[in-house]
Amino acid sequence: MSSVSEGPDTGIPPAEVPDLPPPHAHGFWSRWVFSQDAKYIALQYSGTAIAIGLVALVLSWLIRMQLGFPGVFDFISAEAYYQFITMHGMIMVVYLLTAIFLGGFGNYLIPLMVGARDMVFPFVNMLSFWMYFAAVVVLAASFFAPGGPTGAGWTLYPPQAILSGTPGGTQWGIVLMLVSLILFIIGFTMGGLNYAVTVLQARTRGMTLMRMPLTIWGIFTATVMALLAFPALFVAAVMMLFDRLLGTSFFMPALVEMGEQLSYGGGSPIVFQHLFWFFGHPEVYIVALPAFGIVSDLIAVHARKNIFGYRMMVWAIVIIGALSFIVWAHHMYVSGMHPYFGFFFATTTLIIAVPTALKVYNWVLTLWRGDIHLTLPMLFALGFIVTFLNGGLTGLFLGNVVVDVPLSDTMFVVAHFHMVMGVAPIMVIFGAIYHWFPLISGRMLSHRMGLVHFWVTFIGAYAIFFPMHYVGLVGVPRRYPDITASFVPDSVATLNAFITVAALTVGAAQMLFLFNLFWSLCFGRRSGLNPWRAASLEWQTPEIPPRHGNWGKELPVVYRWAYDYSVPGAARDYIAQDDPGPRASWSHVP
Amino acid sequence: MIVAASLVLIVLFSVGFHLLSPWWWTPIASNWGYIDTTLVVTFWITGAVFVAVVLFMAWCVFRYRHKPGRVAHYEPESRRLEIWLTGLTALGVAAMLAPGLVVWKQFITVPDEATEIEVVAQQWFWSYRLPGVDGRLGSSGVEWIDFENPLGINPHDRFGADDVVIDAGDLHLPLGQPVKVNLRSIDVLHDFYVPEFRAKMDMVPGMVTYFWFTPTRTGEFEVLCAELCGTGHGIMRGYVLIDEEAEYEAWLGEQFTFAGLPASQGIQVAKTAGGSDP
Repeated sequence: MSSVSEGPDTGIPPAEVPDLPPPHAHGFWSRWVFSQDAKYIALQYSGTAIAIGLVALVLSWLIRMQLGFPGVFDFISAEAYYQFITMHGMIMVVYLLTAIFLGGFGNYLIPLMVGARDMVFPFVNMLSFWMYFAAVVVLAASFFAPGGPTGAGWTLYPPQAILSGTPGGTQWGIVLMLVSLILFIIGFTMGGLNYAVTVLQARTRGMTLMRMPLTIWGIFTATVMALLAFPALFVAAVMMLFDRLLGTSFFMPALVEMGEQLSYGGGSPIVFQHLFWFFGHPEVYIVALPAFGIVSDLIAVHARKNIFGYRMMVWAIVIIGALSFIVWAHHMYVSGMHPYFGFFFATTTLIIAVPTALKVYNWVLTLWRGDIHLTLPMLFALGFIVTFLNGGLTGLFLGNVVVDVPLSDTMFVVAHFHMVMGVAPIMVIFGAIYHWFPLISGRMLSHRMGLVHFWVTFIGAYAIFFPMHYVGLVGVPRRYPDITASFVPDSVATLNAFITVAALTVGAAQMLFLFNLFWSLCFGRRSGLNPWRAASLEWQTPEIPPRHGNWGKELPVVYRWAYDYSVPGAARDYIAQDDPGPRASWSHVP
Repeated sequence: MIVAASLVLIVLFSVGFHLLSPWWWTPIASNWGYIDTTLVVTFWITGAVFVAVVLFMAWCVFRYRHKPGRVAHYEPESRRLEIWLTGLTALGVAAMLAPGLVVWKQFITVPDEATEIEVVAQQWFWSYRLPGVDGRLGSSGVEWIDFENPLGINPHDRFGADDVVIDAGDLHLPLGQPVKVNLRSIDVLHDFYVPEFRAKMDMVPGMVTYFWFTPTRTGEFEVLCAELCGTGHGIMRGYVLIDEEAEYEAWLGEQFTFAGLPASQGIQVAKTAGGSDP
């Protein structure tokens, strides 16, 4: 500690708490199963998320096979089709994207990027993963339950979600779905509190909030949002479970099903929709904000330039996070809620476009006059900008209440949200894996396989979802296993077949990616300590991959922000965050 | 080079697809041309932004790709540029939002001369109810639903007796007459969706929702359900026929009222039923 110059000149405060070692594993179980090392938990989270994500990928193939070639595949009945779309949507949104960004990248990167030895609550962190694992097991079990999984749509709208006209409605499907969500939320709450407290309390000396990489800002803000949003889903799930099992009527009005009066009465289906979307809309940003943060760092590192307008980027993340709690009913313009809500929610929704657009500008302006290395992470970042821009702009159609009226519940919506919160964040996940794989394994992923993976995924995904908007514009509704209708020209069937071929191709390319992961883990080129010459803290560990406790004997001390790239007069084109060298001339550099 | 060229190609493909592809909305059959106009305005504004940003990105990738000796420019932020960009974006957003809200106001304000009709949804077909000669729909509720009374019309409400009931048939409407479509479901969520009318709204059990429109051309238009309602969602279809006045009257005369009489005799029923006022 004596080597660190403390005091107001350097901005380095004295240590407030002693540097304690994180708990060490003592045997097989505590090392490889119930591990309390955030890095290992991150890999457990990511592995589980990718495994269940593969199920969702296969489901998407089945969905597309039905839509592209209706009637050809006899085993896809209407029931099966609805089960496929429901499970595909729920798995992708909650069990893959949320889990991998927060549980996966959050666990791996937060301690390393803020200069901590581990999460502040390692035991709770371990419990968090195993709750998540249990949630995934329950979810997967519903495929084998009597009646199969629920086919209520991922939005699970009552009354149909718990009635006999819907697959799994009066059998096991919906019950297992709700139980799984409840487990997931319990697990997430444990993890989420841990991530938030770690960011707030365990940053190393000198790591002020305004020196944190945007990755951490994104993950941190998303975590806080998730802690506020998931409880709405939690109570909705519990109440629906009561309606289904105990005969309460939270969401169930008096109704007649197939000519028979049911004993429900007095509840409101719209209340469920409000609860669901109060969670559901922030959820979009819970996935998007970590992606925003990570892609900012990928662009800065691989364009050898500081992220343009860092302070604006931080505030944009925070403002988007806050605003996203008052836009939820734009999913409900045609739900039958009071029509005056339309004015309010259309206005808030379009306002949120401004900070979001600024983020896009700043990513592009970071490229401007940069030194752009077209590495795989950079390629995926470019792919992200294109798909996110496209999906964000179509959001302006759907957010503008009256334009939403003809488009809502059509394939336009499906195309929009797949582009903006499917393809775009997944581009970032891939970019991030290519970027941080050396940190995790000490080896580089194969560049050649990566190039094939990138081009097929990027061009293919664009070819799937861009034309799909026009299927919706024609008027084709979503959630139809067969879209034949009097107003739909035959050419739409041809377009649908094309989209299916593109979807199967993109899916196949992901197998190459998985192969690359395993191949490079064994045979990849050794990366050395800091292969991308990155300035942020996670690359400054004494070993790669970092050992348990991350930092060797002494915690690092941070002297600058994470973006000192190509600083005029510096010896190299980056200055690491823990480098005590001279500060840059720009007065606002944090 | 390949990357920059691909980005340019994506722009060309997207714009070309938009302008040349045969897939566009169905010809409109209602008064909601304003919705189409707002949508087109949105296409132009967002399209311009998409083209500008992706082309700029392509140029950056082409111009500033790594070569030995290149050093990135050092400029952490530019307040002036950021303020300009914020202002322009806000302007573009306002240009889309303002007309949108004006049209929304029209969309939710039903004109006084509109005729009230009712669409009733259940798994998985459509039924309709038209007001009889008294011009009013009788009240309804699920507690009155039985085999004889599939729509649950209140038998004690004198306004209901002359209502014309079309159980699981096609709906006819007269050309040029504004209609307020009251929407009711007796089991789960549904959504009355006719693409050519542009308007749609969910139907929620336990409440009555609505939208209004004026049919602007005659023809036969397919009705679909646009809110997932169970296994039969995809086959929940029907037809709305927009007729000239004379044809419409002829069709109406063949229908039956709730009281079981031909609709043409409804007026007597209305006078003699004499139930309680709801």
